[in-house]
Amino acid sequence: MDSILPVSDRGGPAQPLLLASGLRKHFPVGGGLLGRGRKVVRAVDDLTISVAKGETLGVVGESGCGKSTVARLLIRLIKPDRGTMVLDGDPVDEPHGISVNELRRQVQMVFQDSYASLNPRLTIGETLAFAPKAHGVSAAEARARARDLLAKVGLDPESYAERYPHELSGGQRQRVNIARALALRPRLVILDEAVSALDKSVEAQVLNMLVDLKSEFGLTYVFISHDLNVVQYLSDRVLVMYLGKIVELGPVEAIYGNPLHPYTRALLSARPSMDPRKRTREAPIQGDPPNPIDPPSGCRFRTRCPFAEDICAAKEPLLAETAAQSVACHMRQPGSGHSKAEAA
Amino acid sequence: MAIQTPSIDLGGTVSVLPSRSGVSRGYWQSVGRRLRRDPVTLICAAILILLVAAALLAPWLGLADPYKTSMLRRLNPIGSPNNLLGTDELGRDMLARLIYGGRLSLFMGVTPVACALLIGGFLGITAGFLGGRVNMLIMRTMDVFYAFPSVLLAISLSGAMGAGAENTLLALSLVFIPPICRVSESVTTQVRGFDFVDAAKASGASTLAIVRVHVLGNVLGPILVYATSLISVAIILAAGLSFLGLGVKPPEPEWGLMLNTLRQAIYVNPVLAALPGVMIFITSICFNLMSDGLRAAMDVKA
Amino acid sequence: MLLYALRRFVYLIPVAFGVSLLVFALVHLAPGDPISAIVPPDAPKEVVDKLKEYYGFDKPLPIQYLRWLGVTLTGDFGTSIGTGRPVATEVATAFGNTIILAIAATFLAFSLAVVLGTAAAYAKSRIVDRLVTLISLVGVSVPHFWLAIVLVIIFAVELGALPPMGIGPENSTGWRLDRAHLAHMVLPTIALSVIPLGVVTRTVRSTIKETLSMEFVTALQAKGMSDGQILRHVLKNAAPTCLAVMGLQAGNLIGGSILIETVFAWPGTGFLLNSAIFRRDLPILQGTTLVLAFFFMMLNLTVDVIQTMVDPRIKRG
Repeated sequence: MDSILPVSDRGGPAQPLLLASGLRKHFPVGGGLLGRGRKVVRAVDDLTISVAKGETLGVVGESGCGKSTVARLLIRLIKPDRGTMVLDGDPVDEPHGISVNELRRQVQMVFQDSYASLNPRLTIGETLAFAPKAHGVSAAEARARARDLLAKVGLDPESYAERYPHELSGGQRQRVNIARALALRPRLVILDEAVSALDKSVEAQVLNMLVDLKSEFGLTYVFISHDLNVVQYLSDRVLVMYLGKIVELGPVEAIYGNPLHPYTRALLSARPSMDPRKRTREAPIQGDPPNPIDPPSGCRFRTRCPFAEDICAAKEPLLAETAAQSVACHMRQPGSGHSKAEAA
Repeated sequence: MAIQTPSIDLGGTVSVLPSRSGVSRGYWQSVGRRLRRDPVTLICAAILILLVAAALLAPWLGLADPYKTSMLRRLNPIGSPNNLLGTDELGRDMLARLIYGGRLSLFMGVTPVACALLIGGFLGITAGFLGGRVNMLIMRTMDVFYAFPSVLLAISLSGAMGAGAENTLLALSLVFIPPICRVSESVTTQVRGFDFVDAAKASGASTLAIVRVHVLGNVLGPILVYATSLISVAIILAAGLSFLGLGVKPPEPEWGLMLNTLRQAIYVNPVLAALPGVMIFITSICFNLMSDGLRAAMDVKA
Repeated sequence: MLLYALRRFVYLIPVAFGVSLLVFALVHLAPGDPISAIVPPDAPKEVVDKLKEYYGFDKPLPIQYLRWLGVTLTGDFGTSIGTGRPVATEVATAFGNTIILAIAATFLAFSLAVVLGTAAAYAKSRIVDRLVTLISLVGVSVPHFWLAIVLVIIFAVELGALPPMGIGPENSTGWRLDRAHLAHMVLPTIALSVIPLGVVTRTVRSTIKETLSMEFVTALQAKGMSDGQILRHVLKNAAPTCLAVMGLQAGNLIGGSILIETVFAWPGTGFLLNSAIFRRDLPILQGTTLVLAFFFMMLNLTVDVIQTMVDPRIKRG
């Protein structure tokens, strides 16, 4: 019955589902006479991400750290200035690999529920049927599939298929967004702040639905959010971003249990606690987030880091593996020259 | 023509539960419903339909011959026997001239806007959706036309091409293409930035399908509203060109031309001389009010 | 700020070239042989030859354009076929006359529009609002040249109170600030001001209404600010959009005064253009169009820069 068959696994469980290397994206910002001396926003700089099959990779960071840009790069809504992508062993957008269109069959995205995430002129059913129809599925079958998807996300097809987006609540719309992402039976779903706009109670429902869908369809998730608690609940591994770079990466227990990077520590300690005895006196981070047009030299976090030293301004720390996780900080690099680092 | 760039309102959530009546209201249906309920719009529509019907059915209305002159019966006042609205400076029946004049005047007003809508709309939507170099090329070309005030452009083009209805149509179309293109481009660029367009792109559909299904439905509304607001401008401009002798040539009946030829009559029969302008005025007001009504109907969250 | 203005000016240069190209092409839009379009068939040979040389009709089109452009840039717009005088002089005189009328009309229209629009936006009674809306609707819908004729009928023909045409009494060659000349200005100014009045009133009313509904106004009221002080804030907020529209309307006035000037035989650029069209005096047609278009562009540029200065939300440079 399915004329869009889910793409089958190729390289086995050890091969990463998606591997993006050296991604770079700079956005020009207007300025200068006749376009000379153009400034750029260095949204993403030399980023490498690897997503393993069946995992949920959480991506956290402040607003403006480049998370959304990464999401759009992974699904190729934006073209990277530099960098490569490999989907289950096939290079993307290269002569011997798969096309971007093919990538989009296997990687889909759920947008944040803004009022513009669904076309207000189409019914829910029409919105869900759009993607299958675009890939050659017949109209009748696409409609049936749409109803199917609605049921899967907990919305009664009879009542909701003919409704318009403005008649739905935020939580319902987000379910539709998720259904839309599943319409082409993807293997990887990128969720860009997918639950951030929802009320807490609704958010919990949607999160649990996401967990169920993941096991039912054998999905892999990249979950982008600024909400640390949600990320902890959902993720297997966590990636922490700051100003376009990865600062820490590792299993969720390691990141949340023993954060190594000063930024991660600051983020985690800023979470309000339910325990009234735990009080924080000092501000976790000093200073304002620097300008992405002109990031600090060397380590980008050094302007707000209480442990910054000369070496931090001189050299950029690379992401290096330690016992449990990877971290980009001179303090954890033996022989880096930082006073807190071990000798080489 | 001041351009207030319309911004797209996608509407927020109106109700949490599905509506009681069980019938889902699509956007265009609700627009139509609101239009039908607006008394001003209905009256104007009625007047315009009357005018258009009179213009179309003119040959069968039992009117006098609008071309037949009579040296004896020149500038007869309103209410003369045989001539309900009097006669013009060459003795032709005014009522007939006014109704037949409606044909040309309305045609010269609506046609350029329709052409400009097709061409300008297409260019603007393309520029808005594709962005980048294509956008720059199209919009910079429009800028050249924008450097002229519209009246000046119309007159210069008409003046250079020579008088005549066809030239006027061409000149006016050229005058209206840039503003419609600009509005189309601006509106399309807005829509293109919305997430649902990104989602459509992410689903791997062809550009044509995305534009057809997702962009057009959201873009055509504001463009149409803007275009209808231009109709009254077009009618006045066309009449103005004929008034200057650049548009329709005598002895064709056309309201602007009639205003010109009747100028000599203002000392003899001033009311008669002003009559064609009244027609232009009424038509213009009706189109403006309907355009306003359309904008209001489309403005509310569906 | 200066950099922004400079940048915008630089961006205008290709547009300016386009404009000059369009104006140049006007000659070739005319049907038939360009020469015969410009001169009547019985024109003396010297005139024909002089024109041929001026336009360079024997050379290929791009060369013609460049020659014409070069000559024009030196300030020589050619010679009028009708009067034999240099086009530049004719246009300059006419332009001055048009400006007088335009200034009067914009002053009348804009001041009235701001008052009416603000009153309508603030009005508690629906009657005031309706009335102002009606006035602005009439303003944008009325064919202004027809209104001019009606004004002439009422005030010149029936009442005999104001002169029906001309810039001044019988032997007047130019404009002077005296009673007779001012009397000649009244009717054309009124006729010319209706459309800008209509458009700007609408804009003022809607922007002020919009601003009044913004939350910061409620905040100011809660702080105990007087209505008059709040009005200052509101006007500042509404100013950028209104200024933009005003600028556009002022520009349209300059270029679009042809119809009114024709009705009143006011010797401005519009009147000049009109007679040029009928005499097939293409040098004047080109020269006038060029000057008017460039003035319009400069006006738009100025309005843009002013808008940027007034509206802090727009990024500069």
